[in-house]
Amino acid sequence: MTHLTAKDKETVKTFWAKISSNGAAIGADALSRMLVVYPQTKTYFSHWKDLSPGSAPVKKHGATVMSGVADAVAKIDDLTAGLLSLSELHAFTLRVDPSNFKILSHNILVVLAIMFPTDFTPEVHVAMDKFLAAVARALSEKYR
Amino acid sequence: MVKWTDFERATIQDIFSKIDYDVVGPAALSRCLIVYPWTQRYFGGFGNLYNAAAITSNPKVAAHGKVVLAGLEKAVKNMDDIKTTYKELSVLHSEKLQVDPDNFNLLADCLTIVLAGQMGAAFTPEVHAAFQKFLAVVVASLRKQYL
Repeated sequence: MTHLTAKDKETVKTFWAKISSNGAAIGADALSRMLVVYPQTKTYFSHWKDLSPGSAPVKKHGATVMSGVADAVAKIDDLTAGLLSLSELHAFTLRVDPSNFKILSHNILVVLAIMFPTDFTPEVHVAMDKFLAAVARALSEKYR
Repeated sequence: MVKWTDFERATIQDIFSKIDYDVVGPAALSRCLIVYPWTQRYFGGFGNLYNAAAITSNPKVAAHGKVVLAGLEKAVKNMDDIKTTYKELSVLHSEKLQVDPDNFNLLADCLTIVLAGQMGAAFTPEVHAAFQKFLAVVVASLRKQYL
């Protein structure tokens, strides 16, 4: 399910090169959207003052998340090794239920469709969906 | 019984009054067949589904995409009782078509993404939430008659 072919990796890297300068904006919108569309995800952010779309903590954290995704693109040939410390962070410190990775991934894809309607073709969509699933799996590695 | 806020009701009606069914239906179905290729199992009689280009230009896929959107329109017109409206459709999908109901979520996700691409910035988080709630009710109603 999460095996990335050479073509997938190429598609992801090419698309990422086009969009990476928008990373922070993508992250902010995806996170904003997630908190509204899937309100149960708000339970992880009870320490934030403001959970509304586009708020300061949401923007900041959106940028953080997308820089993690950028890192994953760079380490696409070995996500398990590359994301080891991030996996430990999510497993032992943050303890985010892994089902939420799928939720955030979906919201990232929605934002990509909004921001890049012509570039986000079905072929790019499937490669990105597979990539984000592979990232989620690498992040889940250290959970148990 | 599903409760719709005024915003949700108005948003769904507005979306469906503005979209081109002939574009959105085929785009969503072909995207589903491309992104989740195992869904092709239900379309053995559709001819060439070998790659994304073939799927996107396949006339049977396009025609069926329109059928799906027409089905969604029924729900839009009967938002206060989608469950009853979809009773026969649910039986059809479970007993005749034998579709694994988890696939409904895959098509719903593709529909959301196609709509997002069409609406752009107008697909705000609140509109997005209303649309996904609507699709969740549709999916739950289609699952209802499965035994």
